[in-house]
Amino acid sequence: MAGVKNILATRWGIVGVGVFIGVFAAFLQKWGNPANMGICVACFDRDIAGALGLHRAAVVQYMRPEIIGFVLGSLVAAFLFKEFRPRAGSAPFVRFTLGVFAMIGALVFLGCPWRALLRLAGGDGNAIFGLAGLIFGIWIGTFFLKGGYNLGRSNKTYASAGWLMPLMMLGFLVLMLVFPQIPEQPQSGVLFYSVKGPGSMHASLTISLVVGLAIGFLAQRSRFCTMGAFRDLILFKQVHLFAGLLALLVTAFVTNLILGQFHPGFEKQPVSHTMGLWNFAGMTVAGLAFALAGGCPGRQLFMAGEGDGDAAVFVTGMIVGAGISHNFGMASSPDGIGPHGIAAVVVALAVCLFIGFTMRPKTN
Amino acid sequence: MTTVDARGLSCPQPVLLSLGEMKKLGKGRIEILVDTDTSKENVSRAAASQGWDVKDVQPDGEGYRIAIQKE
Repeated sequence: MAGVKNILATRWGIVGVGVFIGVFAAFLQKWGNPANMGICVACFDRDIAGALGLHRAAVVQYMRPEIIGFVLGSLVAAFLFKEFRPRAGSAPFVRFTLGVFAMIGALVFLGCPWRALLRLAGGDGNAIFGLAGLIFGIWIGTFFLKGGYNLGRSNKTYASAGWLMPLMMLGFLVLMLVFPQIPEQPQSGVLFYSVKGPGSMHASLTISLVVGLAIGFLAQRSRFCTMGAFRDLILFKQVHLFAGLLALLVTAFVTNLILGQFHPGFEKQPVSHTMGLWNFAGMTVAGLAFALAGGCPGRQLFMAGEGDGDAAVFVTGMIVGAGISHNFGMASSPDGIGPHGIAAVVVALAVCLFIGFTMRPKTN
Repeated sequence: MTTVDARGLSCPQPVLLSLGEMKKLGKGRIEILVDTDTSKENVSRAAASQGWDVKDVQPDGEGYRIAIQKE
């Protein structure tokens, strides 16, 4: 199958993938996922951190099968098309740190780039500030990239090293099957569940997993990346990835209209707050961190599925970052930013700028 | 002939390095080494956008050797 031309990596291919994600993200909301959160890689990684007890925010604890599906779907595609290439060793701790602070920034806004698009497609005007911040952060990142910022080369590694993240996801799935949710109970065996709040809202395990697998498969083939969409547009005036992003936004909007899920406004939007400045600033930090790490949270999951150990480190950083964010009161809630949200944004921005300014090979 | 070794570099470094070389030379032939299919597609797309022809793509070790040319 490796000889087959990669149709999904063409312009129409990536538009098709954007359409698929847009439609199914909107439907996942109809099928039980939280409003304007059909898919949110940041929120779902955060829910996984909660399910594992890395934070104890009672309303956001669920082992999201979509995330498991993303990694495993990508793994299947990579194997089928002979693209599974175990690699690692490009500044792993820097990537971990970027994952931690990307998550901290995203949780000030309350969403990853995918959710920023889905919030806008659902009528949440606050998402405009988040998206503007995301673009601003990526724009800062392009200056570092042009200035020679570089985390160094990865190297080929053991096949088993590439398998680790997919195996971990498989382990999460096994945990879900062994310790399924018990109605009205906050815990089942070692796993934590939410009895109310966004963590309690989810489509069935089967639907979530199947949609996740399909998106993982398609996104691996098409290289779908929301950060790359803006980065390539700014850096190279290239619209390839942006076409996919736009397709996601438009189809999610249309699907929401059809399903009666479009509610325009700023106040009382689902799982969001109205502090425009901090929506902007949180996503600026996240956008910069994604640009420095070479991919949006979704793309990092897909790369981890095809054997990229450095992407797996970034993903782990995001899950740990979610734990830190909630434990230290840095994550926002519908009431507004957390008690330490402002400090979080300032520190996260400083760390990302430090990484951007200092990590480039010396030129003679 | 110039060779760009972009193996092991994450996005968008392979494209940045290739574009830099294309700008420097203006025309001629460049060979670019990449180690992932994503980089192969991105570099080929970037070359075409600059008016360079992708002459040849060959498997090379763990990745690909891409030859681009502009007259």
